[in-house]
Amino acid sequence: MALLEVSDLSIHFGNVRAVQNVSFSVDQGIVYSVIGPNGAGKTTLFNLITGIYRPTSGTIRLDGKDIQGRSPDELARRGVARTFQNLQVWMNMSAIENVMVGAHLRLDRSIFKAMLRLPALRRRDCALRAEAAELMAFVGLGDYVGARADSMPYGALKRLEIARALAMQPRMIFLDEPAAGLNPKETQDVDELVRKIAASGITVVLVEHDMKMVMNLSDRILVLDYGKRLAEGTGPEVRQNPEVIAAYLGGHA
Amino acid sequence: MRKNAYIGLGLLVVLLAIIPSIVPNSYYLDIVIRMCINAVIVLSLNLLVGYAGQISLGHAGFVGMGAYASAVLPTHLGWHPLSAMVAGAACTGLLALIVARPILKLKGHYLAMATLGLGIIINIVIRNEAAWTGGPDGMPVPSMELFGFELMRDIQWYWVVAAVLVASVLGAINLIDSPFGRALRGLHGSEVASQVVGVDVPRYKAAVFVLSAVMASIMGSIMAHYIGFVSPDVANFFHSIELITMVVVGGMASVFGSVVGAVLLTALPQMLATFEGWETVVFGAILMLCMIFLPKGLVPTLAARFTRGS
Repeated sequence: MALLEVSDLSIHFGNVRAVQNVSFSVDQGIVYSVIGPNGAGKTTLFNLITGIYRPTSGTIRLDGKDIQGRSPDELARRGVARTFQNLQVWMNMSAIENVMVGAHLRLDRSIFKAMLRLPALRRRDCALRAEAAELMAFVGLGDYVGARADSMPYGALKRLEIARALAMQPRMIFLDEPAAGLNPKETQDVDELVRKIAASGITVVLVEHDMKMVMNLSDRILVLDYGKRLAEGTGPEVRQNPEVIAAYLGGHA
Repeated sequence: MRKNAYIGLGLLVVLLAIIPSIVPNSYYLDIVIRMCINAVIVLSLNLLVGYAGQISLGHAGFVGMGAYASAVLPTHLGWHPLSAMVAGAACTGLLALIVARPILKLKGHYLAMATLGLGIIINIVIRNEAAWTGGPDGMPVPSMELFGFELMRDIQWYWVVAAVLVASVLGAINLIDSPFGRALRGLHGSEVASQVVGVDVPRYKAAVFVLSAVMASIMGSIMAHYIGFVSPDVANFFHSIELITMVVVGGMASVFGSVVGAVLLTALPQMLATFEGWETVVFGAILMLCMIFLPKGLVPTLAARFTRGS
């Protein structure tokens, strides 16, 4: 059984049909990419699956259980993590604190124990800080462990979001354009990072415009255009699909 | 960060310990007591506004609820002052919990309007229920009894409020650097990011709103017993604005900023008394200058300058 099964998913914003009857499924442990021209509905699809939007119709199943319409924090409890195309970093906190909040659900969140700073909480906080520093090193942010989030460059913030998502210890991670706005060297680093994440057993779903990266990394690819599914398959299958070529070159084949 | 905060707390403790031996007379001791009470109220408001990013223009309403609980329940129903204080805090917390979910869905100006409305409603109820509250004239408050002896002298009150202030500052320092506190600060930075890492956003907003309201209510009770009299002004809009001004001048999201803001703005009107009728104008001008030159508030601005220099 697939880890994620999306069937007939649609969402309408007034008359705009941002996603229309899209179906696909993602097996455990693979890298699955969603591509398509700007405005094709890729981020909307992510927002639907991660609970930011409520679908107009259709079903989303995680592990065979319906999850459509559930809130993002409920999905987080079920092991779904994500990053954002337009950064959502907590600029009022330090970099390492951003990663520490990623572990929110695994921590003792009692308000009274926090005020008294009981020894158990203190020890857990110390361990958490060390764990967060390790995760930052894992995503290549070892130099920023002591930094404030609002003093970090764009490329580093993109990775900080990935570290925060990994701190959740998710089963599935949705990366929304992790290489957007990065230079070729940084893109290469993100490529390697995604490989490492997949190798650690986390299922990766990726939205990305960098075709080289998508073709290199993905086990399967979904192509969207105007909110509809245009094609789905392995890299070579998708690349040879005439409709995909037409959508990308702007013609009508 | 917490290490510096503990040093600050140590300094505060030392300062509070020597103040009684250096204040020249009871007039100054009275001002210091009011400063301590305000500091805790401002701290409670700063947790909500500065750390969690949820504006409130009705905080004086919660102070008023505590103050009137301590006036009304012992006077009319013969309750022990301590039970009255706890009952007041519980009622205030319950009210905060009930209104939290609907109003904390709102953001920015809309939330400001909603909390403003809440404060005004509390104030009007206090004014209109004259049979219980004495209406616009206010009412006397019975004195506080602690463990069998009456709190009468200023110096006794001083030690009580100083201890409450130190406990509150310590609690706040610990809270903001905990899993709960970091999740709270996340609400300020990006709500959607908080949601996707699993923070139940409405619940956290409600929790901090209730915490803040309960702290304000308890301090309202203490203030009422200390002064020995309450009037509806304690819950009015201007008092709410005064409290939010203390937060902003001292520094948003700064524990010691709350203390400094409360101390300065409690002292300022007294110091400006020589301006005879123009003190409000001078007060306003000082606030404007503060906002122009220290937009992040006194403590964060000075802290940043200090750390950059070293």
